[in-house]
Amino acid sequence: MATHAAYMTGTKKLTAGSVLWSWITTVDHKRIGQLYGVSAFFFFLVGGIEAVIMRLQLAHPDGTLVGAQRFNELFTMHGTTMVFLAIMPLGAAFFNYMIPLLIGARDVAFPRLNALSYWVFFSGALLLHLSFLVGAVPDGGWFGYANLTSAQFSPSHGIDFWMLGLQVLGISSLMAGFNFIVTIINMRAPGMTLMRMPLFVWMSFVVQFLVVLAFPAITVALILLMFDRLFGTLFFAPAGGADPLLWQHLFWIFGHPEVYILILPAMGIVSEVLPTFSRKPLFGAPVVIYSGIMIGFLGFGVWSHHMFSVGMGPVADAAFSISTMLIAVPTGVKILNWIGTLWGGRIYFASALYFSLGFIAMFTLGGLSGVMHASPPVDLQQTDSYFIVAHFHYVLFGGSIFGLFSGVYYWWPKIFGKLLDERLGKLHFWLMMIGFNVTFFPMHFLGLVGMPRRIYTYAPDLGWNFWNLIATIGALVIVLSFLVFIWNVITTTRSGAPAPADPWDGRTLEWTIPSPPPVYNFATVPVVHDRDDFWAQKYGDGHGTPPRKPVITPAADPASIHMPPPSYWPILLAGAFFVMMSGVLVSIYQVIVGGFLTLYCMVRFMLEYHHQTDVGPPAGGHH
Amino acid sequence: MRKSLLSRIPTALLLLAVALLLSSCGWSLWDSPMTTVRPKSGFGRMTHEIFMLISWWTLGIGIVVEGALLWVCVHFREKPGQPIPKQVHGHTLLEVSWTIAFAVVLLIFAIPTIPVIFETQAAPPATSLRVDVSGRQWWWEFKYPDLKIVTANELHLPAGQTVAFNLHAPDVIHSFWMPQLGGKRDVVPGRVNRITLAPDEPGEYPGQCAEYCGMSHANMRFRVIVHSKTDFEKWVAGQQEPPVQPTDPLAQKGQELFSQSACVGCHTIAGVSGGVLGPNLTHFGSRKSMGANLMANTPGNLARWIENPGHMKPGVLMPDLGMRGEQPKALAAYLLSLK
Repeated sequence: MATHAAYMTGTKKLTAGSVLWSWITTVDHKRIGQLYGVSAFFFFLVGGIEAVIMRLQLAHPDGTLVGAQRFNELFTMHGTTMVFLAIMPLGAAFFNYMIPLLIGARDVAFPRLNALSYWVFFSGALLLHLSFLVGAVPDGGWFGYANLTSAQFSPSHGIDFWMLGLQVLGISSLMAGFNFIVTIINMRAPGMTLMRMPLFVWMSFVVQFLVVLAFPAITVALILLMFDRLFGTLFFAPAGGADPLLWQHLFWIFGHPEVYILILPAMGIVSEVLPTFSRKPLFGAPVVIYSGIMIGFLGFGVWSHHMFSVGMGPVADAAFSISTMLIAVPTGVKILNWIGTLWGGRIYFASALYFSLGFIAMFTLGGLSGVMHASPPVDLQQTDSYFIVAHFHYVLFGGSIFGLFSGVYYWWPKIFGKLLDERLGKLHFWLMMIGFNVTFFPMHFLGLVGMPRRIYTYAPDLGWNFWNLIATIGALVIVLSFLVFIWNVITTTRSGAPAPADPWDGRTLEWTIPSPPPVYNFATVPVVHDRDDFWAQKYGDGHGTPPRKPVITPAADPASIHMPPPSYWPILLAGAFFVMMSGVLVSIYQVIVGGFLTLYCMVRFMLEYHHQTDVGPPAGGHH
Repeated sequence: MRKSLLSRIPTALLLLAVALLLSSCGWSLWDSPMTTVRPKSGFGRMTHEIFMLISWWTLGIGIVVEGALLWVCVHFREKPGQPIPKQVHGHTLLEVSWTIAFAVVLLIFAIPTIPVIFETQAAPPATSLRVDVSGRQWWWEFKYPDLKIVTANELHLPAGQTVAFNLHAPDVIHSFWMPQLGGKRDVVPGRVNRITLAPDEPGEYPGQCAEYCGMSHANMRFRVIVHSKTDFEKWVAGQQEPPVQPTDPLAQKGQELFSQSACVGCHTIAGVSGGVLGPNLTHFGSRKSMGANLMANTPGNLARWIENPGHMKPGVLMPDLGMRGEQPKALAAYLLSLK
């Protein structure tokens, strides 16, 4: 891509090898963001293919496309892939690429740690998908309920791949979470107070706290499961007096905040896109921020609404019912604030806005059906039925995916320096919108007439045939919409119009620098006076303060800006860690060797710049 | 031209959705045998009332919010020569009032919800019929401890009588669900969960395991047969009889095969065998379906099942005993003679 030259200043000639080397040793947040984005999109397609095979199997009763075992593997891997390898890393792609640009920084706080997060993520994804090569694919569901996942009832290695892969992915998320918390607290440009921080950064900030508080819970659960499976402990074994519901509590105290980890980045994107295309500031921005914090906070207090049918007793059911209903308040407030932003605006309909509008429309439906099963008696009929499948696809597909695609169309010109084709973008949107609704709306009906989740086949005389067929047709329309998107990317990369620095008449700092941004982001670190600082520079703040032409300081000589140099220790450390973790499935000797390698790499990673005391710590590298 | 067409698409979509919704009602979608919206018990009706209350409110809110969104998109789209809009940052009174409005609506849902939670989980009356349900990979056992009856995959209940179900699982977590009669309740190893309800009227209702429980989770179905009080008593009397001795020579051969093969290790037939791993077969011939309500209980189906159980229910714990040719037919004849 055209951006290589910018990344390669002062290095050797461009060859295929040197380009590859530059990507695997990069510590630049923008390139790491792109690595996350490409990986996420790849796994999004993998998870999508899994979904389509399931829909084809269920298109008619007594389907014979795949067997019971294969189907169980498909829905396990579809859920796991979409949550951990598609939506989360797509969010991470935007965190990595956009947060430093949005807060006026030159990089994240710990660039090498950032690279390590990506490579550890990559090895976790690899570990999970090695299961396909070995032929022991996880089949316990993405929720992996004990005691079905114990060695007694799941003797194959499938669950081992799942539990080890998830532990590795969790470590990656934790590292990234701490990195962004430190970045957002410490690296903001002068004048960017917390309340002037763009909404996407705010929602990401909340997400990082959810990550660092929620992931330890599933890590604990996975370690207990690992002990049960490998060493015969009895943490989840009823025969040993243990309660398999312990797993569900640990899993959902992670799993429910996880839902907000998946949706808050999309909410942040929408909160950036709507003001830009309606040319108004976000309506009630502080309220949107506080409700985001509130959602994050309450997200930890509602996990047991996933367990209304397990027999917790009426007091617990009532308490979790009320806490779950409470969470609908800040969510509803946000939706009305978004509509308030559009109200009275001068709305320019670009593809990015289409996807944001689609987000609001579909997420609202998902939220409303969510309120329905906040009532435990109603939930007893709906849980584990297709009604729930409809509900959370309205939240995670209609919400997260539409929101993330809005971000893709919005920031694509900034990231790649090319404008995506708007006509194809709108075609993509309408196909996805129609396909999505045709696929998932009928699932509400199917759930209400008793179709359970996670069944690979059903009897023909239950009245489910028609809507299952419709849903499958809808899934094929969604496939078509992605083909349009891929076509759009291919053609505009080849021959798209070059993007100016500020194609949308934007409001925030990333639009003040060229597209794509230079490796050092900002030649001079900006000074911020307003929430929509760039807009105020261009048009004034709308309340009498005239436009403030930015002070043109002579651009610093790029050569004088010190950026952290590339490092191969992140990928080596992640590789060593992979050797250790995969050794659990192979031999204790591999675990020991991998463990020593990991320790060695950690020490080298830490000491990489230790001898360079005279030049100072380059990891800071931003002044 | 293009803009006006685009602005019409959402309206068309909305109309399409409404049309689908209406037609789905028209096609009596809700009459499925596993419907949750035509409750046939007090439990089901209590649940359904709250569901309808919340549904109407959310439908109303949904229409208002989606309508406002559409209206804004049509009304405030960019017009040529339009100046930069006023930079409105927020409105405290609006924010406060819609926050309160949401809280009030949720109170409307919460207030009727709480008593129903307690009512549906109250201790069963002493006069209830007790049924011990045990969920196993991948079939159901129903024990009537007071009547000394054990059946599998077929649950017989008297209409109008309160039934107290005690749910337990010897292996993994399952979920007991009879959609027309009431909500599901998980069957968790190591604990006994309860569900109490009274079916309204005679009829047949399919049920299914609702919690993913391994390979053949989809095939863990059962059938609920609600009798009138007198019919139920007749059924009970029939089940309490010892099974009849077969008279047909093929069935007699089957009986001999059964008692000489590994069948006896797993299955109970009163007076013949005492296995407990598989379903109790004492009155197998009286059942309408087999294989956890997978297929009709016919000699052909049964013979095919005995020949290769895993083919019909993947992962089933019953092994292929190598019965071929006449053997499965004889066994089928014997088992179906056990009325």
